[in-house]
Amino acid sequence: MKLSVDPIACRGHGLCADLLPELVRLDEWGYPVLARGPVPPELAAEARRAANACPALALRLRKE
Amino acid sequence: MSILPPHRLDLAGHRRRNGVVPWVAYHDDAGRDRLVEAVESAGLRGRGGGGFPTAVKLRAARSRRSIVVANGCEGDPLSGKDAALLTVAPHLVLDGLQLAAHAIGAAETVLCVHAGSPVLPSVTAALAERDDRVPVRIAEIPRRYVASEESALVHYLTSGDARPLGKEPRPAERGVRGRPTLVDNVETLAQLASVVLLGPHHYRASRTDLVTVTGAVRHPGVVELPSGPSLAAVLTAAGGETEPVQAVLVGGYGGSWTADLRLGLSAIPAVYALPASACGLEYTAKVLAFLAAESARQCGPCMFGLPAVAADFAELVRGGPSANRLAHRLPLLTGRGACAHPDGAARLAASALRTFTADVATHQAGGRCRVLEGVA
Ligand code: SF4
Ligand code: SF4
Repeated sequence: MKLSVDPIACRGHGLCADLLPELVRLDEWGYPVLARGPVPPELAAEARRAANACPALALRLRKE
Repeated sequence: MSILPPHRLDLAGHRRRNGVVPWVAYHDDAGRDRLVEAVESAGLRGRGGGGFPTAVKLRAARSRRSIVVANGCEGDPLSGKDAALLTVAPHLVLDGLQLAAHAIGAAETVLCVHAGSPVLPSVTAALAERDDRVPVRIAEIPRRYVASEESALVHYLTSGDARPLGKEPRPAERGVRGRPTLVDNVETLAQLASVVLLGPHHYRASRTDLVTVTGAVRHPGVVELPSGPSLAAVLTAAGGETEPVQAVLVGGYGGSWTADLRLGLSAIPAVYALPASACGLEYTAKVLAFLAAESARQCGPCMFGLPAVAADFAELVRGGPSANRLAHRLPLLTGRGACAHPDGAARLAASALRTFTADVATHQAGGRCRVLEGVA
């Protein structure tokens, strides 16, 4: 599984960084910076939850 | 065969110089395959800066309802090769456009140039002389830097909005009005026509590159020279240096600085030669301000990051302590926009810090450098 952000859709709400701090931090402008590499299996459920919670549908979780 | 003739060729002149496309050799489905194979064995790669193998793109966009878009917009202020081609060799480009349309089975082609572009009269006159099987429409694209990006063209032709769309889906899958779309730079199309007119073997042996040269050279303009030239050869082809050149900006506004003139180029549209008497940091700060203003303001890291980096550079030139902030900010731009615009700005800024290290130190020490001190 891999996380990605659609940069055009993302509104910089920062919710994703609250819900998934292990894999998402915010840059100085409030936009998400994702950890490199695949989502570790133990975080898959949390990653799914964060993607579903993104109000702009910008955070996506995809099978590789 | 050089692709850029010394003066403009009308249809008759073009045919005398370059010959006629042997359509019968390619007319059926097997012929289309042969055409793509010829492009493949010629080793043709995209000349818009991406350098992607053209045959792979042709295969991806193949379908009976596809569209070919010829990109002649050339948003980079340092590049003029596509305008030169459209001005003096429009029929070579149009032959290439027809061949590309035939190869992928397109029933429609669009030639994109910037609104009010000086190439329009040449292109319109050339189209009026031809009797093409696939109609060619000219589209005038708003004059913005990012409007010539591939997905921005597709977006504009579909909806009238010239902002980039992002990386997915690829135009070859879903492009203009949802149709599979091949987007090729006009130089690539001229090269494609040369492959067919010369034959892939001969083309491979004699192929050339067009490079726009500006800055401290005797004859600024578009030069044509054997493929993969060194920077030194490019400067020589433009008449040589007017004064010592301290560094060269390779690849236009989103390119990189280098001081190594032995470097070989491939698919580089433009180079700018910085004279020893100018300040590379100051030049870079100006370009970054331009790039920041040209953001399509859709993606946060581009909309906020580019102005921040441009301001850091302006401060650096004035003698402020912004180099550390830049080291921290630049990596935050790369790969985080929907198009490559922020990546280009980050590449330019990082290469300036690398190439002009000594100037960074002197600016920081007192806001002045050898150029302002008149030591150069
Ligand atoms: S929650 Fe969605 S919109 Fe908000 S910052 Fe994260 S990805 Fe962007
Ligand atoms: S990266 Fe910048 S120029 Fe490209 S689409 Fe996003 S905002 Fe527009």
